[in-house]
Amino acid sequence: MTWLRRFGMFWWQFVIGDDWLVAVLVGLAIGVTAVLAAASVAAWWLLPLAVLAVLWLSLRRAIRSARA
Amino acid sequence: MSTGNTFLVLSAFLASGVEMVEALTIVLAAGLARGWRSALTGLGAATVALAVIVAALGPALTVIPLQALRLVVGALLLVFGLQWLRKAILRASGYKALHDEDAIFAREIAEARTAAHVERAGVDWYGFTLAFKGVLLEGLEVVFIVLTFGSAQGSIPLAAAGAAGALVLVAGVGIAVRAPLARVPENAMKFAVGVMLTTFGIFWSAEGAGAHWPGSDASLLGVLAFVVLSSILLVRLLRRERRLSLRTAEVRA
Repeated sequence: MTWLRRFGMFWWQFVIGDDWLVAVLVGLAIGVTAVLAAASVAAWWLLPLAVLAVLWLSLRRAIRSARA
Repeated sequence: MSTGNTFLVLSAFLASGVEMVEALTIVLAAGLARGWRSALTGLGAATVALAVIVAALGPALTVIPLQALRLVVGALLLVFGLQWLRKAILRASGYKALHDEDAIFAREIAEARTAAHVERAGVDWYGFTLAFKGVLLEGLEVVFIVLTFGSAQGSIPLAAAGAAGALVLVAGVGIAVRAPLARVPENAMKFAVGVMLTTFGIFWSAEGAGAHWPGSDASLLGVLAFVVLSSILLVRLLRRERRLSLRTAEVRA
């Protein structure tokens, strides 16, 4: 169990990293893109804007936690 | 070569180069402090482990339908790339210390020299595990990038060629210099890799989700420009904010 836990932790840290919220918000943005695309609405613009917002939010969180 | 393939080779080369510079620093520290036999055995064992991972995962990825692959790979690259980009922006704006190969080398050497000598299977165990873990962990990132980039773009060999180019260059310079490659503009390279990973992540995950880019592959250039300009803007904003908060703290003191 300990080995499995460490294995899982390694991959979590490797892919998700310090800020889990980034993964959640990116997943949400991709989901909304899929919904728009399925409804035949142009959806290519959504991810770049979402990424900019997520990056800004994540940077603010990193700075806040560094100051705390 | 198409825009996508050019980006593919360049991204694999840059990302692999950055990781290989870091791996070289660890192997050099292990070799100089604990002996070359244990360091090179660790390097060899990690290389074999990485080759097994590539041999197992590479062919498996090629049988997954391209749209599903691009969705999963794009999402993974986007999350992974945003980690790199976030760290790079924090470094460039002064909120995080710059990556310094000389300092890392000095720390690794000091730790390696004070560790106890335990011999297993004819090699110094500390030197072996230091080199093995260093190469395996840095190499995993290279494998991840080469396999995901290559499979989503439909050419793992092209991504592998970019990584092989970086290996030849870093290993060649490393053998000639026998010192950490501190002059490599590692922080700028990390910034570039973060930008590339995020660009490909946006492009492929949107395509995988069913969106169509205007201009198809050529829109990669537009996404790249957007990510670069956004990152520069964020660095400038954070630098200004940091300067202001430092000045305020000075006035209060």
